Amino acid sequence: MKSQLLSQLIKKEFLLEFRQKSTLAGILVYIVATVFISALSFKKIIHPTVWNALFWTIFMFISVNVSSKSFMQETKGKGLYNYLYYNPRQFILSKIIYNMMLMAVLSLLTFFFYSWFVGNMVQDIAMFLLALIFSSSAFSGVLSLMSAIASKANNNISLMAILSFPVLMPLLLVSVKLSKHAIDGLAWSVSYKYLLILIMLNFIVVALATLLFNYLWKE
Amino acid sequence: MIKWWKILSALLILYTLVLGMLGPVPHLNILHETIRNVYYHVPIWFAMLFQMGYSVVYAIKNLSKNDIETDIISNQAAQTGLFFALPGLLTGCMWAKFTWGTWWTFQDPKLNGVAIAVLIYLAYFILRSSIDDEQKRARIAGVYNIFAFVMMFVFIMILPRLTDSLHPGNGGNPAFAKYDLDSHMRMVFYPAVIGWVLLSLWILDIKKRLAILTHKENEQ
Repeated sequence: MKSQLLSQLIKKEFLLEFRQKSTLAGILVYIVATVFISALSFKKIIHPTVWNALFWTIFMFISVNVSSKSFMQETKGKGLYNYLYYNPRQFILSKIIYNMMLMAVLSLLTFFFYSWFVGNMVQDIAMFLLALIFSSSAFSGVLSLMSAIASKANNNISLMAILSFPVLMPLLLVSVKLSKHAIDGLAWSVSYKYLLILIMLNFIVVALATLLFNYLWKE
Repeated sequence: MIKWWKILSALLILYTLVLGMLGPVPHLNILHETIRNVYYHVPIWFAMLFQMGYSVVYAIKNLSKNDIETDIISNQAAQTGLFFALPGLLTGCMWAKFTWGTWWTFQDPKLNGVAIAVLIYLAYFILRSSIDDEQKRARIAGVYNIFAFVMMFVFIMILPRLTDSLHPGNGGNPAFAKYDLDSHMRMVFYPAVIGWVLLSLWILDIKKRLAILTHKENEQ
């Protein structure tokens, strides 16, 4: 019963997203335009560190943009409805899982366009993709909670950035390090430590978000 | 009525100020006399971390009890902690200049961690100021406080041990405790830690009494 409700909630998120195709299209245009601008302004990137840093900066801004929406459409009436009908844990989990899926797809798309326009420097693609998937899931976990907090505090977008950037920093640094290893094509025995940290951070973030959302939920 | 631990704090800090400057220290390369900074720099960071921890404990209390006074204490502890970050940074910068040759370096995870901690608590205060309703502010700020503290803790405590750091005790550098902290230094260092933590508690005590009184006056 419980898992059924959760899957229904996730389905609802997808339905809402696809009903309003303009936001999804907007994000796609955002990705392509950002990557294109960086390709035009950098012309050619020779240094792998620069390639890596630019990629993660773009990634961070895209994920903040995508996930900040997750609680923005919750109006007062809708919030009351959700409060009456759903369990807070399921509700935040559905948001997080939905954001994880969306971000995983979008990060792969970003990587695709980035390596197309700017050039691909990654030697160990499998490791890079792993880093991408796990960091995008951890990012969406953090950002879903931050979006919930920002939506309770008058919903302004700059607050979302102020709240989430410092909290994302530890995550981002681990992902940058891990993906740098993947770019240099280092052996997995060197980088599995960082992959483990990233997975552990995923668990911490999701556990904390589901625990703490309970208290945000009550009006 | 003045409490005994306040007098103890003043005495301990006075003791470490005098003995820290005059007492014998081991002569080491690069560090030379700057090793005395260990009596000030490290205890100040301990005091800051203590205050941040205090703030989180009261944030948890606030979420479980819904008592507005715990939120006031949590806020004041975070402010006191941020206040202690300032002398911590200043002594750290000075020490870095004379041993590593630069005021600030982005290579060191502890320095980055501190910069992020300061950003996190600034964001915390901005969040607080953007919510008008008292009960709502207490709850939301508490949630952010707990979440941010865990992330900061991961950053400051765990990551430096995995990557290289210029600080002693990390990334292959030996910790002070291994051989530099001889018995003379311990005699000063441990009282210094207790003294500075007590001083931070003293500041918090005054701040929280003032804040609670102001809150009661505003209610009437």
